[in-house]
Amino acid sequence: MSFMRFYALTRKEFLQLIRDRSSLLIGAVLPLALILIIGYGISLDVKNISVAVVLEDASPDAQRVVNFLDGSEYYSPIYVTSMNDAVDLMRRRKIDAIIVVPPDFSQALNRRDAQLQLILYGVNTTTANAVKGYIESGVAAFNANFYAGHAPRGLVTIDSRIWFNDANSSTWYFIPGLIMLILTIIGIFLTALVMAREWERGTLESLFVTPVRVLEILLSKMIPYFVIAMFGLFLCLIAARYLYEVPLHGSLAALMLSSVLYLFVALGIGLVISSVTKSQFLAAQVALIVGFLPSVMLTGFLFDLHSVPTWVSAVGHALPATYYLELLKTIFLAGDDWRLIAKNCLVLATYAVLFISIALKVTRKRVG
Amino acid sequence: MIVRAERLTKKFLTATALDDISLTIKAGCLTALIGPDGAGKTTLMRLIAGLMMPTAGSIEVLGMPTAGNEQTIQSRISYMPQKFGLYEDLSIADNMNLYADLHAVDRSVRRERFERLLSMTGLTPFVDRLAGKLSGGMKQKLGLACTLVRSPELLLLDEPTVGVDPLSRRELWQIIKQLIADERLSVLVATAYMEEAERCEEVFVMNCGRVLMSGSPSTITAVARDRCYKLKTPAGVPTRILQSILFDDKKHVIDSVPEGEGVRFIAQRNVEREYFTARLGLTVERVEPRLEDGFMILLHAARSNATAPLVGLKQLSLRGDYRLSTEIDIEVRELVRRFGSFTAVDKTSFQVRRGEVFGLLGPNGAGKTTTFRMLCGLLPLTDGYLSVAGVNLRTARTLARLNIGYVAQKFSMYGNLTVVENLTFFGGVYGLSGRTLSERIAAVLDEFKLLDVKEHRAEDLPGGYKQRLSMAAALIHEPKILFLDEPTSGIDPLARRDFWRQITDLSSRGTTIIITTHFMEEAEYCDRMMIQDRGKLLVLGTPQEIRRRYGSSISTMNDLFISIVEGARAQ
Amino acid sequence: MFLRQLRFLIRKEFLTTLKDPKTRAILIVPVFVQSMIFGYVATYDLDQVPYALLDMDRSRASTEFVARLDGSTAFERVRTIMNATEIADCIDSGDAMLVVSIPQEFERELSSGRTATIQVITDGRNSMTASLASGYIGSIAGAFNSARNPRLNCVELRTVAWYNPNLVTRWNFLPTLVIMLSLVQVLMLGGLSVAREREQGTFDQLLVTPLSPTQILIGKAVVPMMIGLLQSSMVLLICRWWFEIPMAGGLLPMYATIFVFMLSCTGLGLSISAVSSSMQQVIVYCLVLIMPMVLLSGMATPVDNMPEALQTLTWANPMRFALDSVRRIYLEGAGISDVALNFAPMLAISALTLPIAGWLFRNNL
Repeated sequence: MSFMRFYALTRKEFLQLIRDRSSLLIGAVLPLALILIIGYGISLDVKNISVAVVLEDASPDAQRVVNFLDGSEYYSPIYVTSMNDAVDLMRRRKIDAIIVVPPDFSQALNRRDAQLQLILYGVNTTTANAVKGYIESGVAAFNANFYAGHAPRGLVTIDSRIWFNDANSSTWYFIPGLIMLILTIIGIFLTALVMAREWERGTLESLFVTPVRVLEILLSKMIPYFVIAMFGLFLCLIAARYLYEVPLHGSLAALMLSSVLYLFVALGIGLVISSVTKSQFLAAQVALIVGFLPSVMLTGFLFDLHSVPTWVSAVGHALPATYYLELLKTIFLAGDDWRLIAKNCLVLATYAVLFISIALKVTRKRVG
Repeated sequence: MIVRAERLTKKFLTATALDDISLTIKAGCLTALIGPDGAGKTTLMRLIAGLMMPTAGSIEVLGMPTAGNEQTIQSRISYMPQKFGLYEDLSIADNMNLYADLHAVDRSVRRERFERLLSMTGLTPFVDRLAGKLSGGMKQKLGLACTLVRSPELLLLDEPTVGVDPLSRRELWQIIKQLIADERLSVLVATAYMEEAERCEEVFVMNCGRVLMSGSPSTITAVARDRCYKLKTPAGVPTRILQSILFDDKKHVIDSVPEGEGVRFIAQRNVEREYFTARLGLTVERVEPRLEDGFMILLHAARSNATAPLVGLKQLSLRGDYRLSTEIDIEVRELVRRFGSFTAVDKTSFQVRRGEVFGLLGPNGAGKTTTFRMLCGLLPLTDGYLSVAGVNLRTARTLARLNIGYVAQKFSMYGNLTVVENLTFFGGVYGLSGRTLSERIAAVLDEFKLLDVKEHRAEDLPGGYKQRLSMAAALIHEPKILFLDEPTSGIDPLARRDFWRQITDLSSRGTTIIITTHFMEEAEYCDRMMIQDRGKLLVLGTPQEIRRRYGSSISTMNDLFISIVEGARAQ
Repeated sequence: MFLRQLRFLIRKEFLTTLKDPKTRAILIVPVFVQSMIFGYVATYDLDQVPYALLDMDRSRASTEFVARLDGSTAFERVRTIMNATEIADCIDSGDAMLVVSIPQEFERELSSGRTATIQVITDGRNSMTASLASGYIGSIAGAFNSARNPRLNCVELRTVAWYNPNLVTRWNFLPTLVIMLSLVQVLMLGGLSVAREREQGTFDQLLVTPLSPTQILIGKAVVPMMIGLLQSSMVLLICRWWFEIPMAGGLLPMYATIFVFMLSCTGLGLSISAVSSSMQQVIVYCLVLIMPMVLLSGMATPVDNMPEALQTLTWANPMRFALDSVRRIYLEGAGISDVALNFAPMLAISALTLPIAGWLFRNNL
């Protein structure tokens, strides 16, 4: 390891990086676009829901039971006279649910045996579940009101508290995932591509017959992309803090430590991919398959790993990104849980050492 | 002794690149490796550089075996691969600095060294230009400059002058010679240019992974003693016709090349001068052999298939009518092409007649490729007029392109397709199909000696085969006009002879051929040639005319070319 | 002549793309593995969510309530704690997603006709599961209440969900995988095909042949689209026969949608290709395009939830329309006429990008 050689190679990488605008695009423009989209565009909170109300009973009781719909800013009732109209609206995707108040509703209500029918548009399950929950609670409130203290045997209510995400806002929930994605893309994709490009263009053959060591070549590839990824990370952190006011409960130090470790893992994976495939096309495909798609799907970013079959969860837990995401979420939303930090950082560090040593092993000064 | 190989063998999955060779390379001297494609030159270089490990046998470099000492060796030698890996998005200075840093060249020494290298390579005015924006020859010179940022104990150069024009080539060799003189470098160079090998102290002639002969150039030249002759071309006959007639007479002639208004040839063993005098009715004079002659004799002896005649050739005779046709196939008037403020082609006008072989010569960056790309319709012209077979291909209907065939400078067949698949594709898009297509494919496979590799992937072919495949693909639809951009760069002398024989045949059948080359002696095959430099047309005429106009005292076309270009630049 | 040349061109494109066994494998195997794994991952359905119990009452009523929790497959008790101070540890360590805390005096409050409150603490780091789980506990409490108080619910809500009776997330998610995987693949393949020929120098050779830009365009479009169609079919088969999601709609509208979607992706890919100078740039541009396209497609969150400005922006996103169509065709059984409006934006994008790409082939020098 010679500082002069290492410096020269790193300088070369930076020069190439600066001359190729596409890297800037991925280091700055992509994080910014994603921050804005995720911050303003992605929301798990259901809004603008139209519910068709089929009032087959015109009595005041019947109107009272669906009254709660009028009071919400997220739901708007559309009163129709016949079921056919409602079904037509559903087919034309104008509404997400139909409430049917049957003709004998008020009589049945007097018998305390009334029924309401709720028809959900099941294609969008998220929305359907939200609508279901909302209408269930509306009806429950009506019931409670109607019953008003006649429960001889007492009632149980649930007092729900969500820890670590006080505003229960999906932005808070997504920011850690976004950071993980950006580091993954920069670390795995860009590194895999730049190294594969050197193999493909034959620039390594002349470089190899110099005093340069493989370690120096690999490290010099890592540094610039490390810097870009850090830049992306800071953009996200600034946006999280000042644009969305996501609190950082844990320490910045813990956050940086885990990010640096994860980045080493990602860069290591990228280098291994490029050294094995030696072609940009294959490197891109492999990076997509082992890097990008799983980190969206299998890390708990979109879907929780708690409700999946054990083997799928095992696949998810084989991914370094899963541990990093868990760390990020904890540090952001819960604070420094040193036991978890120690455990996951250890896992990440092991992966980093593993991948970088594999990269060193498979990148050899050989041609042909 | 700087390299010693003992029973060295290198096998790849499908081929044996080096077959049990033993050799020693002396320290402090200039050694050349010459040989056709697939001789194993590059493999040997890579083994020496520790980039490959031998399958069997041993190799010692700088007194130590390469296995286990790769890094030590790589730190002490320098290697310029065939395709030097310049970083195209870095400037000349950046590229050189990178290599200087890697070799830990001291900053104080560096400035002086760079100045010298840059002025020797003529790159001083361009230090800040990006390497990707340099012409082929300039890239090659920059590659050499990067290799020479410090004085290595052993310098390996793998075909350093492929695609480099004669002027630059001369400069490159001056650099190498000066370094040998100043710093007692040991240099091993693989080359396709015999006059380069002639400058070396020791030459290894390689073929099919074996060393055929080694020794000083004069030892190898001596093989051809008393077998070299020259005769003058009769008036009214293009030199290439006479050359081909001799070339086809495999029984009596080993090799023939056009040279200064005549043809030089090597007679087969025991064939007397009188045979030729009687057969051709021309005066035959004996000439002194050159290294190339010895090399050709060695190769022919080693390779039985090298003498296999080409098939489907039209019989030639000295008594035909070889006047240029009056029909004009390509017409260019006041052609201009600018890239931003840079004028690549400046007010160039010329005509090419039907059936003519027209040579386009000029140093790297003269504008030859730009002219080509405009003629083929790949690049719009800034100003002027051009017509190819009556149309401007850029604006004409696509079917007009049926008239042309194009072989690009860079190998541009589909690498992962087989030879036959490539030919089927190109035949198909040129409108052939069914029986016509299979007949044409069979015909070009035969003509270009591709039958034995027809199921090989194009990218795995050796250089000469690649070139033949490109030709076969360009000719599959029997075009009227053929564009060839440096078709002979990087291919060995044997393959070049066959190539030119086929060009002669095509032109005798009426195909118009327009060709660029860096082998100036190849200009002698042309009916007419033009020399471009810095976008401007310098001269245009038959080789004889040009020779007469610019100094008959200059013997070789190479020297003539250099003097014309230098003369024009001096003005 | 036009078609004959085209046939050779398409054959060549297939050979260059698929000849390498590594490439073939990488285009087929991952799609299979991904749809299998993602099919299992894509679920918001509660299944064995780990919870910790803090029962401070230990009465018959509390035991009865806990029995209902443990009886449900949605929850799995991983810890039983004795003390409120242990709650933090359960959540922090990630051992439990939620802690159910039953207060002392639980039974006494209930039997005296008052309201007893059970506290549920959920881990907001997985906010989706957290809110679903606390909702589910709410309905367990409801059932508990009405079991103890007959006729409690004077209005009973009978819920049915059309097209997806059990509101399984997988049903909703898997058909969209058809679109997502083919978007990524078609965009990349389309983008790389020309860039690769440029880098290898074969593109010039192609341009001097009598092929017209239209032919080259079609030739370049066919292979990515065929591969995309093959991959989509694989995902569809896995949806239908492995995960057994009933397909309500017809194959014709389904493939029409996929086809038109891929046409627009190919247009985008080839346009990217035409403006890129290297394969690396193509990949970068593709990524920069794919991420927002996926996020703004309605795959993870409905488009209707987005602010107006972004909703307008999604009109330029073919994936949004393809996704909507595919879901509706697959689950709802929509016909071509039902989703006809979705075709317009996708066709508009194709009509814009394909000619641009064709023109750029020859004029981007």
